[in-house]
Amino acid sequence: MIFDQPNQVQRPINTYPKWKYVLIVLIIAVAAIYAMPNIFGENPAVQMTGLRDTEISQTQLTEIEEEWQQQQLTPIAVEQSTNQKVIARFSSTDSQLMAHGIANNYLNPDVRNTDYVVVQSLAPATPDWLRSLGGKPMKLGLDLRGGIYFLMQVDMDKAVEKQKEQISNDFKRTLLDHDEGRIRGRIEVIDNGLLLQVKPSDIERAYSALFQGYSDRVLLERITRNDIDLIRATFTDAKLKEIQDMAVDQNRLILSERVNSLGVAEPQIQRQGADRIVVQLPGIQNSAEAKQTLGATATLEFRLVNHDAMAGYVPGDQIPAGSTEFIDNFGRPIIVFDEVKVTGDHLIDARAAQDQQTQQPIVSVNLDSVGGAKMLETTVKNVGKRLAMVLVESVPNFEDVNGKRTLVGSTTKERLISAPNINSEFGDRFQIQGSFTPAQTKDLALNLRSGALVAPTFFIEERTVGPTLGAENIEKGMQSVMIGFALVLIFMLVYYKLFGMVANIALTLNLVLITAIMSILGATLTLPGIAGIVLTVGMAVDANVLIFERIREELREGSAPAQAIDKGYAQALSTIADANITTMIAAIILYAIGTGPVKGFAITLFVGILTSMFTAIFVSRGIVNLIYGGKTVKKLSI
Amino acid sequence: MQILNKQTHIDFLKLRKIAMVFSAILIIASIASLFTKGLNYGLDFTGGTSVEIQYGQAADLSSVRQQLQAANYKGAIVQNFGTSQDVKIRIPDQDFIPGDEIGAAVIDLLQSNDASVVEKYKGYVGPVVGEELKEQGAMAMLVALICIMIYVALRFEWKFSLGSVAALAHDVIITLGFFSISQMEFDLTVLAALLAVIGYSLNDTIVVFDRIRENFLKMRKGTSYEIINNSLNQTLARTLMTSITTLLVLLALFFFGGETIHAFATALIVGVFIGTYSSIYVASIVALALGVKKEDLMPPEVEKEGAEFDLP
Repeated sequence: MIFDQPNQVQRPINTYPKWKYVLIVLIIAVAAIYAMPNIFGENPAVQMTGLRDTEISQTQLTEIEEEWQQQQLTPIAVEQSTNQKVIARFSSTDSQLMAHGIANNYLNPDVRNTDYVVVQSLAPATPDWLRSLGGKPMKLGLDLRGGIYFLMQVDMDKAVEKQKEQISNDFKRTLLDHDEGRIRGRIEVIDNGLLLQVKPSDIERAYSALFQGYSDRVLLERITRNDIDLIRATFTDAKLKEIQDMAVDQNRLILSERVNSLGVAEPQIQRQGADRIVVQLPGIQNSAEAKQTLGATATLEFRLVNHDAMAGYVPGDQIPAGSTEFIDNFGRPIIVFDEVKVTGDHLIDARAAQDQQTQQPIVSVNLDSVGGAKMLETTVKNVGKRLAMVLVESVPNFEDVNGKRTLVGSTTKERLISAPNINSEFGDRFQIQGSFTPAQTKDLALNLRSGALVAPTFFIEERTVGPTLGAENIEKGMQSVMIGFALVLIFMLVYYKLFGMVANIALTLNLVLITAIMSILGATLTLPGIAGIVLTVGMAVDANVLIFERIREELREGSAPAQAIDKGYAQALSTIADANITTMIAAIILYAIGTGPVKGFAITLFVGILTSMFTAIFVSRGIVNLIYGGKTVKKLSI
Repeated sequence: MQILNKQTHIDFLKLRKIAMVFSAILIIASIASLFTKGLNYGLDFTGGTSVEIQYGQAADLSSVRQQLQAANYKGAIVQNFGTSQDVKIRIPDQDFIPGDEIGAAVIDLLQSNDASVVEKYKGYVGPVVGEELKEQGAMAMLVALICIMIYVALRFEWKFSLGSVAALAHDVIITLGFFSISQMEFDLTVLAALLAVIGYSLNDTIVVFDRIRENFLKMRKGTSYEIINNSLNQTLARTLMTSITTLLVLLALFFFGGETIHAFATALIVGVFIGTYSSIYVASIVALALGVKKEDLMPPEVEKEGAEFDLP
């Protein structure tokens, strides 16, 4: 415990050792530094982001800055946070507007084919020295800055269905390829798994073969129904969870990719619970546009590479009809037939794996039986050629028509994911090899899956806060904090005089501490969060009140002023601890169970309780000790 | 300045019968209203669509209703929100349009008839989400009450524990009753406020209990009745002070915090009043009625050798 004991023998009454003051000052100084970024506000800024893997090079950046210079546009600062993201801050919205236009024209000369997103945003105007210390302002929630919130549900039934199909295919293969002769039978899809019927004489063999191969993925049981012996395979909880996790993560990553193309400055995409994804898009209002973009579908296509056209091909040459030029991962041109051999809806699974023999990172791909047959047909005839995997995305187009953003059709965007060699014929199960790193195989697998619609998503909650409401909320929220705070300060001063003054200093420090901790934690400030702060201000006084009332009581009972102070603080201690711990329990439960705004409230409440205990017990005592400690006091101003 | 510059000697417990009747009436009325009228659940719980718009001039609500009716929207609730220019519309899910498209469609409709309409807020909550939230909310309340009961039982004694939980249940039911009788909208922020009320009211109760425990150990003479009365008097100044400062900031929220935070502030103001009253009356009366006595709070005595033979 940090509290000092009431009767320390060597020390005169009501004095703190020096180190305590040093500690208090140190904590307050650190808090003040980290709370400071919140008072600088924001600058208009231009944010440039490379889509997908496109980077923003130093040369590009220099050239953009030169173009700005020519128009007398000097950014306050240009920061490159990653290879793909640059933020330039300006002093006025006028220069921001012009700079945005210049940067956009430079980075996206072809409007139909954009590799960069250039948006106007607001960036924290934190000075460099503060930034270098890691100082950053609190983030504002959507209710305070305006924007869109989506809650998306991932359709798990679809994902489970696909998996059933795959397991069913695997079962067939295992049974038909059985060492001691093939086992024929019938597989029926049931609610949570499969039901397998084979000849009674084969059932032992079938069961043990399946058990060997699949007991880690499904729960296998022998059951009897209508006097027929059957094998039932149901998904284990672990497998179900794995299916769920994969489906949600896949969707989350696809959504992140698409959100980038919306040009939102600070999007947040998080998983919530087992099968949901929260998407927060601050600063934009057009929910129709956002929904179309997020809900867009991507399809995967397996196509053959046009080797004839590629012989002696130089970029700029005529491309034969029925073929399209792509750029592969090494930046080389590659010409691919338009004809689709196998579509991505036959894809059941693609995952990063390791080659059993070479230990090289690979991607292993599974198709359903129809897709497998088509693939076999294609690969038999094309061994030695290359198979292109192309992701086709349909992106909605919006334009301003009569001042309203309107959907005007959609463009399809094709992107080559990979074009490996067909080394030998294959069907529904194959591996993509190459000199991959594990991260690259993960990416590749994800890209393949994103065209397969493993699990569709739909919108189950949507909130759009307009900019006027956001501004109104923050203004009113802040105003009520100020007024409430001022009222309490005045009241305390009148009621407790000098001690009231001490409490007020503690209370002010309390606000600084809350702000600092919230900023360091990177917590988001919401309107309920502000309410939490206001409430904390009201309740933070409580600890002081408890102490002061105790001191008054001691005085009434005839204690000398110095003793009254000492006893007052000592006796109020356990009460303060008990009372605050119980409130903390409520805050923790709110945080654990609540979502969104309730969580925001819980965080501020929790942080507020901690800081108010520190300031009331430790800081206010320190100040009182400075005033009254170590001397004979006749009367207290309380 | 001191409101209570002398130690008060009010016989709080003398009024305990009246207080019990008063509390009983409030609780019965609340429960009756909760069962008959129920709560006016907000969008967060019911699901559906909510739209807030602002007109350039004072809004004509009946015209808004007519426009919605003409476009086949059934069961729409149209009301002013804050100022006469602000309108809030709540619409349940409809047959002819997907739920998540209603908001945009309604705004388009109203904007086509009046160009001054500005979209301030648009929300859609799917039916599943609302149901889940109700369950979660009730769950949060229960878990909070149980955890607090355990803490108080460990820290004090089970009679106090029951007393404090009785006081909390009392506060929650009456605050809910207030929302049921007034039919104010009960949304997620009100739920948060209710949990804050639990925290606040408990804070008050613990302070009183703490003093009762201290006095039981300190005052050699005196019945439980006298000791509890004394403790209530000693903590009265603090109870009132803290309520006043908390109310000050809540009033600031209520009057200046804007429409979005209105219900939240209201719930807390009601809760603080009820919580202050219950920590004086409900919690201690329950503990007294359960027969709390000095021995309950004594630290367990070290057993002397042969103690079991010391017959009275």
